[in-house]
Amino acid sequence: MAQARKARPISPHLQIWRWGPAMLVSILHRITGNGLAFAGLGLLLWWIGALASGASAYQTFLDYVWLGTGGGLQTVTAILGKVVLVGLTWAFFQHAASGIRHLILDIGAGYELETNARWSSLTIVISVLLTVAFWAFVLLR
Amino acid sequence: MGNGTSIGRVRGLGSSHEGTHHWLTQRLTAVGNLVLITFLIVSLALLPDYSYATVRGWVARPLPSIALILIMINTFTHARMGVQVMLEDYVHEEGGKVVAWLLVNAVPFAAAAFGILSVLRIALGGA
Repeated sequence: MAQARKARPISPHLQIWRWGPAMLVSILHRITGNGLAFAGLGLLLWWIGALASGASAYQTFLDYVWLGTGGGLQTVTAILGKVVLVGLTWAFFQHAASGIRHLILDIGAGYELETNARWSSLTIVISVLLTVAFWAFVLLR
Repeated sequence: MGNGTSIGRVRGLGSSHEGTHHWLTQRLTAVGNLVLITFLIVSLALLPDYSYATVRGWVARPLPSIALILIMINTFTHARMGVQVMLEDYVHEEGGKVVAWLLVNAVPFAAAAFGILSVLRIALGGA
């Protein structure tokens, strides 16, 4: 409490707010959600559209997003593609963990300051661990 | 109730009587996404390889094709509502609102239609 008094004012302004896990996770929830909506669903449509169009369209998708076999531009997009795919899996795990936290908050639980901060931090730990586990499984098996 | 400021125009009107539906649908589709997207990424991780034949063959099976069609409906609905909330928070200019309106009311339906047709072609189109 003494510390909180010292840090005042904590009015709703980006440069005055004191950072806490709950607000970080709240902002991440919006960023990951919109990232998944635009980049994630966009990539999903390219993938399913390429699969429906035929073998050469699917190969083009793979070349641009992962393999880079065509050289030139594809070499660059293949690196970006890997970054985006890893980022999207993390975004999904973060958004899902944070979303489950929201469902729990919706039933009225978890509002105690310490509990709230602990669950917020936990969503980040969970999302990072799941992302590492997912890609370790896909790439190393 | 005045007609000068924006707060003055809405003061005294009460609630819009439709916010709960948006809120609840966002939660219901969230639970749907937990099931559907988890199914999608676990299935993709378990595929033996990512060749055209393997992946297309997987999509063509009944459970994956139904899951993908449900994703095109459920996940796009969830994303549409989430993007709508984001735009309502950040877009205040009249010009931006036209783009926002398209993003929320046209793009998701066109995108979902494209996705559903693609899955149907793979599922029903034979080898």
